[in-house]
Amino acid sequence: MILHLLQVSIGGFLGATARFFISNMAKKNISSSLPIGTLCINWIGSFLLGFITGRNFTITWALLFGTGFMGAFTTFSTLNLELIQLLKSKKWTSFGLYLTLTYLVGLILAYLGLIAAIERD
Amino acid sequence: MLYFIVGLGGIFGALTRYLIGISFTQTWEYPFPLPTLLINLIGCFLLSWLITYLSRRKIFPHEVVTGIGTGYIGAFTTFSTFSVESISLIKTGYYSLSLVYILLSLLGGLVTSWLGYQLGERMMFNYKLKAKEDAE
Repeated sequence: MILHLLQVSIGGFLGATARFFISNMAKKNISSSLPIGTLCINWIGSFLLGFITGRNFTITWALLFGTGFMGAFTTFSTLNLELIQLLKSKKWTSFGLYLTLTYLVGLILAYLGLIAAIERD
Repeated sequence: MLYFIVGLGGIFGALTRYLIGISFTQTWEYPFPLPTLLINLIGCFLLSWLITYLSRRKIFPHEVVTGIGTGYIGAFTTFSTFSVESISLIKTGYYSLSLVYILLSLLGGLVTSWLGYQLGERMMFNYKLKAKEDAE
């Protein structure tokens, strides 16, 4: 149990700092009304978690990379906060685009991750 | 330093999510991913409230608010688990359950974020009103 908590902790630390780094970089370098940073983070994380889930890794790797890293790297609360902020500032097109791109592409990428994990002979 | 604080928040956010998930596996025996949904909706409400009220009140230093918001709540909620669970439901034949899960997450996330936003705005308004009254 202690070991499992440690694995989730290490993954959580690295996942959260990686997200903070990427979203800071995106804010600094990309000028768009769409939150490109969060979008890419959630896309990448969906694909990789799909892959990790599909590969049936040992519990250690699943907790470290899956529950810990990918869980903390991707975020649902920031996504919705950004959506509400777009609504509040009446940026309807950006709102619709951000919502559609996140969910549609995110789900497709999770599927592709699961498919990519299947080992072929 | 700020990265370290965000990482620290990330540790506790991931741990809280993990422990809630574990506690559900013993009692929740249905295929519907209720723990992730609850975690995500609670997190949406808390983050919006934190950003609209707590960070503007300046009770805590900026670093602490970022640690809680970006670190803790950001790591507590998760998009990747949501998307993989949605696809896994489809792959195991739970088509309608998957659709319900996706719609509840999508709409629920917007509603809870909006509620947190409204509560934060109202609390901020009342705070300013009281500060003005006290000054007069």
